[in-house]
Amino acid sequence: MRIFTLIRQVLDAEETVRVQNNAVALASSKLVMDTMDEYGVEEALRLREQGAEAEIIAIGVGPARLQDALRTALAMGVDRAIHVETDLALDALALSKVVATLASEESADLILTGGQQADWDSHALGAATAERLNWPQATWTTALALSGRTLTGRHDVDEGSETFTLDLPAVITTQQGLNEPRYPTLPGIMKAKKKETRKETLDRFDVVPTVSFERAEIQTKSRKLRILDGKDPQAAAAELINLLRNEARVIA
Amino acid sequence: MILVVAEHANGKLAKSTLELLTAARSLNRAGDVTALILGSDILAIAAEAARFADQVLVAQTPALAQYDPELWTAAIVQIAREGEAHTILIGASRSGREYSPRVAIRLDAPLLEDIISLHDEAGSLHAQRYTYLARVTESISAKAPIIVATIKPGAFAPAASLPSPSEQWDVDLNLPTARLKVTGKTTESTDRVSLTEADIVVSGGRGAGTAEAFTALIEPLADRLGAAIGATRAVVDAGWRPYAEQVGQTGKTVQPSVYIAIGISGAVQHLSGMNKSKLIVAINRDAEAPIFKITDYGIVGDVQQLVPAILAELKK
Ligand SMILES: Cc1cc2nc3c(=O)[nH]c(=O)nc-3n(C[C@H](O)[C@H](O)[C@H](O)COP(=O)(O)OP(=O)(O)OC[C@H]3O[C@@H](n4cnc5c(N)ncnc54)[C@H](O)[C@@H]3O)c2cc1C
Repeated sequence: MRIFTLIRQVLDAEETVRVQNNAVALASSKLVMDTMDEYGVEEALRLREQGAEAEIIAIGVGPARLQDALRTALAMGVDRAIHVETDLALDALALSKVVATLASEESADLILTGGQQADWDSHALGAATAERLNWPQATWTTALALSGRTLTGRHDVDEGSETFTLDLPAVITTQQGLNEPRYPTLPGIMKAKKKETRKETLDRFDVVPTVSFERAEIQTKSRKLRILDGKDPQAAAAELINLLRNEARVIA
Repeated sequence: MILVVAEHANGKLAKSTLELLTAARSLNRAGDVTALILGSDILAIAAEAARFADQVLVAQTPALAQYDPELWTAAIVQIAREGEAHTILIGASRSGREYSPRVAIRLDAPLLEDIISLHDEAGSLHAQRYTYLARVTESISAKAPIIVATIKPGAFAPAASLPSPSEQWDVDLNLPTARLKVTGKTTESTDRVSLTEADIVVSGGRGAGTAEAFTALIEPLADRLGAAIGATRAVVDAGWRPYAEQVGQTGKTVQPSVYIAIGISGAVQHLSGMNKSKLIVAINRDAEAPIFKITDYGIVGDVQQLVPAILAELKK
């Protein structure tokens, strides 16, 4: 079988976001593989280690710099990568067309992707890809196992969680708790250098963004920043309650 | 028509549905604001919805007893086609954000996801949404014969009721069979106010010390304030609190009038779930903790001493 693991490259969570010319500026910031996608890579490797005979392919759609994140996936243990190179920012629905096309061409059986993107905060890529392929999906998965062609697992729903079974082919989106992603080892990094990354251009996929992006702004709410010293707990508590009751008037 | 997919739980219309109806009514578009209710025991919910929407479509069938993304998609797509909907509004709950992309793909419609504002302009829909873990506000737009949008809970005020209830119509659906087989369900319910609807949230982090200390400190304070309880991922991972209480990137997003963060450092992933709260209160012994950068009222000190002192003060 073939497992796709989708790789997106995002701003490191520790970095400060900056906006220039109405758009988020990434040029001089540290970029990393989206943590949610790391869970996907790790899970693909684990399914194989637990007995699934699988070729694991990392799929990336984005600018040239995305190859760093793909190389990380290869160093973690993914077999090969496909990089559709484009500077166009594609929304999740447009992106899903590229992924679905590649999945059909490569006869993928399972696609793993993040439950939420750390840049566009979107949840849509997994479900949109599943719909294009007419596959079922399970989102926000926290446990997964494969036996034959049947997946069993657990995933989060509106209130609480569900256990499920699902036959391949299917799309699974990841969530914190699914696993602890491994770090690439030195031998892994050396081996990754010999692994194939196939480059493609976006043209043949016939995609157009479905949503137009107009501008980005950083709108921080101004905060009062009234920080009290708590060395005298009674006095600090009294002052806090006084502020909440009489200045902000939010409690009785 | 403007199709609003009603959200409901425990036999009641959710507050988010009234918010969707406000968003629908604010649009400068022709057609009735139509609420679609999906489920197996929904007549009371439909009657409630009739007090707020121009018309109500009732799809009551045992097949819809449990939410499933593919069943919901099939139902909504069929109604949207038959009713010639030009706009479909869905709640940006976890389920809404899961099936809405399928609806959009099947209808060849753009998806405006998790939006906080919406307006019409020359046939396009313009919206704003938070991105980069809720640190950036992005403006987006789409123009198409049919558009799907998911609306962030709490972003719109709940709709006011109509002078008289509107008509309800039963609808018949052709539904597929669910491919995702649910074998068990764990519902994390509490008697408290729901975290996403609460006016005040008292949240605890690892600084509460232990599971027992969390219960002893946070619960009485939440009870006293009529607040919901929130927690950080660190606390949930440690098994102190249920996942249903987690606030942040991979938990719930809240924007209460007051968010009280107790022993919480303020990692970006946590902040993304609460940084839109109207007023933020923080207690932390580390004056350098990042939470203090977005705090309105804070105390630098020990939670073990401060929380009991606050409770005593509240009793005065
Ligand atoms: C992909 C991903 C998703 C994530 N999603 C989430 C999410 O949804 N929600 C979330 O919360 N986190 C999330 N995290 C984790 C996040 O990065 C932080 O690790 C987490 O929020 C820290 O929780 P905390 O503040 O309770 O613990 P800590 O960071 O350990 O902070 C504890 C704080 O308590 C203070 N303290 C300790 N003792 C006392 C005392 N006696 N009195 C007063 N103060 C005290 C300390 O000074 C410290 O600031 C995510 C991480 C990743 C990678």
